[in-house]
Amino acid sequence: MTATPRALLVLLVALLALAVPAAAASAQTAEPKTTLSDVEDEVMCVVCGVALNLAEAPQADRQRALIQDLIDQGLTKEQIKTELVAEYGDQVLADPPSEGFNVAAWLVPLLLVVGLGTAAAILLPRWRRRNPPQPAAADDVPVLDDADARRLDEDLARYR
Amino acid sequence: MKRSAVPFVAILAVAALVGLLVYGVAARGEDKTIDEAVAKQDYPQAPSRALPVLGSDATASLEDYEGQVVVLNFWASWCDPCKDEAPVLEAAQKRLEESGDGTVLGVTYRDATSDSKDFIEEFGLTYPSVRDVDGKLAEDYGTRALPETFVIDRQGRIVAVSRGTVDQGFIDAAIDKALAT
Repeated sequence: MTATPRALLVLLVALLALAVPAAAASAQTAEPKTTLSDVEDEVMCVVCGVALNLAEAPQADRQRALIQDLIDQGLTKEQIKTELVAEYGDQVLADPPSEGFNVAAWLVPLLLVVGLGTAAAILLPRWRRRNPPQPAAADDVPVLDDADARRLDEDLARYR
Repeated sequence: MKRSAVPFVAILAVAALVGLLVYGVAARGEDKTIDEAVAKQDYPQAPSRALPVLGSDATASLEDYEGQVVVLNFWASWCDPCKDEAPVLEAAQKRLEESGDGTVLGVTYRDATSDSKDFIEEFGLTYPSVRDVDGKLAEDYGTRALPETFVIDRQGRIVAVSRGTVDQGFIDAAIDKALAT
């Protein structure tokens, strides 16, 4: 079967007519750059004071709606967090900003670990030197009376 | 490290931690300075910050209302008691606007712009609001829960405080007091 040029032209136009709206649609529904669950665990419900993924207050639903709206606009997670800070302030971030008194949230655990590690490194060798492991004393061995000693010898003789 | 230095360093570390804890609790604790001063009629100067006006690129502060009575109200769309007092505040705005004595100035607290605008539309509020995005102004006023209202006289001093919902009686009396001082 051979196709006429006219039929080929009609086919080409039909394919183009199908392809153009499909391409436009795919451009409009671009893949979101993040998801609600990905953002939720990094921000707080500003009213309830808990992470948004755990919050059930009506305000939490409003925040989720706002985040979903920003996701639908194609914003990345970082851009969304920036928008949320502009709306609700720094309190909306689950990780406190590293400034002012908030620095303590990062610094104190770090100093504690370093301090305890240093103390252990200094004190443990000293403690071990002071309390060396004691060898088992000879008088720890139970003393057998003659009858028990004889029975033990007889038992051992059976296995020889 | 000398043997005698170990307990000293340990005590120092514990003292530093306790100090940090005390500071943290004190910094986040309830601040009643304004309330106590107002109760003693030793009216304190109202803290002021330039904040973005809701729905505008402009900023506003209490200095813009110098010589006027200002009813400063902290609110948010998620705050249910704020809904109860919105008509009372709007009536106060009408009174102050008609007499030319001043204004109600709303301060939104931890609220999305779109939600605040919906609230204003729902209750037909005509007074301006500013956005305290970082909560610094609320901190200055010792605000811990919404709504809270501070009535400021023509000299910029706080003459009445309500840490809770305001009613018509409170607002009328507070405005009268601010006009009289």
